[in-house]
Amino acid sequence: MIVTVASGKGGTGKTSVAVNLALSIENVQLLDCDVEEPNAHLFLHPELLKTEPVYTFIPFVNQELCDHCGVCSKFCQYHALFTSPNNVLVFPELCHSCGGCMIVCPKKAITETKNRIGKLNFCAAEDLTLVYGELEIGKPMSVPIIKAVKKQMDKSKNVIIDSPPGTSCPFIETVRGSDFCVLVTEPTPFGLHDLKITVQVLRKMIVPFGVVVNRAGVGDNKVYEYCQQENIPILLEIPYQRKIAELYSRGIPFSQEMPEWTEKFQTLYSDIGKLVKK
Amino acid sequence: MKICVTASTGTIDAQIDPRFGRCAYFVVVDSETMQFEAVPNLASGASGGAGIQAAQAVANKGAKVVLTGDVGPNAFHALSAAGIEIVTGVSGSVKEAVEKFKRGDFKKTGAPTVGDHAGVSKTQR
Repeated sequence: MIVTVASGKGGTGKTSVAVNLALSIENVQLLDCDVEEPNAHLFLHPELLKTEPVYTFIPFVNQELCDHCGVCSKFCQYHALFTSPNNVLVFPELCHSCGGCMIVCPKKAITETKNRIGKLNFCAAEDLTLVYGELEIGKPMSVPIIKAVKKQMDKSKNVIIDSPPGTSCPFIETVRGSDFCVLVTEPTPFGLHDLKITVQVLRKMIVPFGVVVNRAGVGDNKVYEYCQQENIPILLEIPYQRKIAELYSRGIPFSQEMPEWTEKFQTLYSDIGKLVKK
Repeated sequence: MKICVTASTGTIDAQIDPRFGRCAYFVVVDSETMQFEAVPNLASGASGGAGIQAAQAVANKGAKVVLTGDVGPNAFHALSAAGIEIVTGVSGSVKEAVEKFKRGDFKKTGAPTVGDHAGVSKTQR
């Protein structure tokens, strides 16, 4: 089963839920797709086994073959190519690696060249494996790294994916193909606002989902009212508790020091399994 | 010589639009005859790469000079590669700007004057 842990709003507790869930069940592969700021490894203290660079392909223009006809620039929807009377400029940060410019070039002057945008880290923490992506500083596009992380997916395992926050391309790429999505929210107006947007996206994508309310006890009842109206299951509530926050701040997954939570996360996982089968 | 001025409407009396990549119109003026052509800027609402797309349109029109308010890094790079002279900080009408340029009142800009995405309005972001 592939379960993605996501939320519209940042800082609701995605990584806490993903890590505690991963530690509570067996045979787990955890994929941290929050490649702009991966942090699951900060709670797992794993052994780093190896790293691999991630590249995208960008056009390379052979200026000797190029006659500056401008067909490539005209074709590129992202304006990554500029044709001047005596050369063609490539703007790598705008390129989406579609390869179209190579196809349309009448002089066959364009080939692909590698553009390094980040890396994959392969880790192990006891019987759990973790793969996390890391986007290089200054690189604007996280989706190719997310794809690279997901390529490492081992479907013989219980796959848990930690998603980046938000509801745009990085989230969509992360949750695509999941059997279930756990939406972590907090019972505040901000949490509710972003939860609603995420629900709209997941309904379009036809990925089943349920809600985990974190910091239960703060804010108001509106998240609960909304879930009831929309018939969205609330799978778990994690209370707003000093001990949980303290353990978090020390980089300790709270289920390890509060063993009653291991059972709660196991129940969460089996409940998800039942919802997926429905 | 063709001079391209970024403008808020497509006339010679139009006010200068201070953004290069996301201006409404390019008014391309022949400095000898003061004849002009108004070209709507297709990049004004682009989700990204507006500066490059706009620079491409200006280069394709054969302009040798751009008179505008500000220019971002990608547009600056592209226009420079095409050998187009850039003058920033220009205001007033298109006609006034071209006349001032002809009198030699302007100095060429040597670097981008704003950062990435400076011309994107808040609602578009």
